[in-house]
Amino acid sequence: MKRKIGLLFALILVLTLGLVSVSAADRPITLLNVSYDPTRELYQDYNAAFVKYWKAKTGQTVTIQQSHGGSGSQARAVIDGLEADVVTLALAYDIDAIVEKAKLIPAQWQKRLPDNSAPYTSTIVFLVRKGNPKNIKDWDDLVKPGITVITPNPKTSGGARWNYLAAWGYALKKNGNNQQKAQEFVTKLFKNVPVLDSGARGSTNTFVQRGIGDVLLAWENEAFLALNELGKDKFEIIVPSISILAEPPVTIVDKVVDKRGTRKLAEEYLKYLYSREGQEIVARNYYRPRLKSVAEKYETQFPKVKLFTIDEVFGGWQKAQTIHFNDGGIFDKIYQAK
Amino acid sequence: MRKTQSILPGFGPALGYTLTYISLVLLIPLAMVFLKTLTMSWETFWRTVTDPRVLASYRLSFLASFLGASINGIFGLLLAWVLVRYRFPGQRIIDALLDLPFAMPTAVAGIALTTLYSTNGWFGRYLENIGIKVAYTPLGVVVALTFIGLPFVVRTIQPVLQDLDKEYEEAAASLGASRWQTFSRVIFPALVPSWLTGFALAFARALGEYGSVVFISGNMPMRTEITPLLIRTKLEQFDYTGATAIALVMMIISFILLLIINLLQNWNRRRMASH
Repeated sequence: MKRKIGLLFALILVLTLGLVSVSAADRPITLLNVSYDPTRELYQDYNAAFVKYWKAKTGQTVTIQQSHGGSGSQARAVIDGLEADVVTLALAYDIDAIVEKAKLIPAQWQKRLPDNSAPYTSTIVFLVRKGNPKNIKDWDDLVKPGITVITPNPKTSGGARWNYLAAWGYALKKNGNNQQKAQEFVTKLFKNVPVLDSGARGSTNTFVQRGIGDVLLAWENEAFLALNELGKDKFEIIVPSISILAEPPVTIVDKVVDKRGTRKLAEEYLKYLYSREGQEIVARNYYRPRLKSVAEKYETQFPKVKLFTIDEVFGGWQKAQTIHFNDGGIFDKIYQAK
Repeated sequence: MRKTQSILPGFGPALGYTLTYISLVLLIPLAMVFLKTLTMSWETFWRTVTDPRVLASYRLSFLASFLGASINGIFGLLLAWVLVRYRFPGQRIIDALLDLPFAMPTAVAGIALTTLYSTNGWFGRYLENIGIKVAYTPLGVVVALTFIGLPFVVRTIQPVLQDLDKEYEEAAASLGASRWQTFSRVIFPALVPSWLTGFALAFARALGEYGSVVFISGNMPMRTEITPLLIRTKLEQFDYTGATAIALVMMIISFILLLIINLLQNWNRRRMASH
C-alpha cells in the first residue's frame, strides 16, 4: 500500500516535470507576436507571407506564433513575463504601460518606425440595420431621443475608448472646441446606451444576435468582418462626417529580443508590414493602408472621411486616459452624476 | 510526559504534506494579494474600496450571490430528493446533465442565458410582456449565478440522502409522525450539514464568477456591475494595487461569511449529537 502511494506521487511528479520540459524542449527559430483580438485574420495572412519572404531572403525557416486577447490583458501578460518578441496592440497607451511598468521597451519607441509606428490604421464607423430604418447619418443622430446605441465599456475595452474619443472629438469640432459642450454631447450619447459589454466582440454579439440597438459603434475592420460573416442583407455601414484616426501601434520588445537573439528577425517582421505586399494584406483585411499606391487601389473600399488623431485633439493617449477613463475621470462622472 | 500515540499512524508526514500543499496551492497565492495591497497607503486603500461604484458592486455581488445560492438551496434539495428517492426513465441522463454547469466554459453559459432572456429570446419575449426584464438587469445576474451554482447543493446532499435509511422514516411513521413531521424532524436535520456546505460552496462560487455574468448583466455603472468586473477595470488601467485592494476586501468578507457558515454547521452538529 505504502509503495503504491509512493508510486502515485512519483507518477504525478514525473508528469508535472514532463509538462514543464515539453514546453522548454529545444525549439527552432520562433517569433511570438502578442496582439489584440480583431487582428487574428490579418496576422494569419501576414505571417504566412512573411515566413515565405524570410525563407527566400535568408534560407531560414521561422515559426511565428500569435497570441490574441483584449489589448489591455495582452499588455499585462507581457508585463507579467510573457516573452513577446513583438507586440502589436490596439493603442499606444497599452505599449506605454509595458514601457513604464516593466521597462522592456525604451520610452521613445513610437519614433522608431514610420507613421507613429502604426503601419495600418482604422477608424470608427456605424453599423446599422439594413435600410437604415432610423435614418442615422452622423454623430448628431446618435443623441436623439429614442435611439439606442451599442458600444462596449470604455473602462474594460480599448476599442470602446476609441468610440468615446471619436464622439468627443466630433462634438469639439462642432462646438468650436468647447469642452463643456463636448461633455454634454457624450453624456447624452451614453444616456442612449442600454448595455455596456466588456469587450468589442461582446457588443457586436449584443447588436447582431440579440437584436438590441439601432446602431453599433465599431472599428471599420470589425464592421466589414461582421458584414461578411453575417450577411450584407442584414446590416450596412454608415461612415460619419468626421471620425478618429485609430492607429494601432507595433514595436519590438527590446529586452526579449536581445535575450532570445531575435532582434533582426523581429525588426524585419515589423518593417515588412510597411512593404507593398504587407500593405496589400493589410488592406485585404480591411485595415486602411499607409502606402499611397495601395490606398489608391483600395479607394472604393474605404470611403473618404475627415480624420483627426489622438495627439491633435487630446494630446496623446496618456492624457486622454487620465482625463477621461481613469477612476474619477469624466467617464465615471457621466455615470455617477445622478 | 508521555507522547500520546494516535491510533492512525503517519500523522507527522500527513500534516507535513498537507501544510506544504496548502501553502503552495492556497496560502502563497493569497499572501500575494495581501503583499500587493500593502504597497498602498491607508487613505488610498480606503478611498479605493469605498468608492460609490465599488460599494454598489459589493451590494450587487453579495446580494445576487446570496439569492442565487438560496434558490439553489431550495430547488437543489428538491432535485436531489427526486433523483435519490424516485426511479424514472432518463434519470441517469438528468443526473449526468446536472454537472454541466461545472464543465461548461462560463462565457458559453453567459451567452446562452443572454440569448434566452434578452427581449428577443425564448423566455425574455414573454417575460417582457408581463413587465419583467431579466437580461441587463440585476435579475439577470441572479439568473446566471443560479445556473452556475446548481450542482453544488445537489451533489452535496445526494450521498447523504442515499445513506439515510428508509427505516428511520418507517420508524417515525409507526410512532405516529405525520409526513411533514417525518420530513422536518427526521430527514431534514440529517441533511442540514451537507445542505449548508452546498449552500456555502454555491455562494462562494457565485461571488467569484466573472465569465457568465458580464454577458447578461450589461455592466452599467452603479447598477449592474459586479465586483469582479471592477477588478478587471482596475487592471485595464494597470492599477494592480487598486485591483488587489478590492479583491482583498472581497476575500475578507467572503472568508467571514464562510466562517459563519462553518460555525453554524459545527453548532448544528453538536446540537444533533446532544439529542
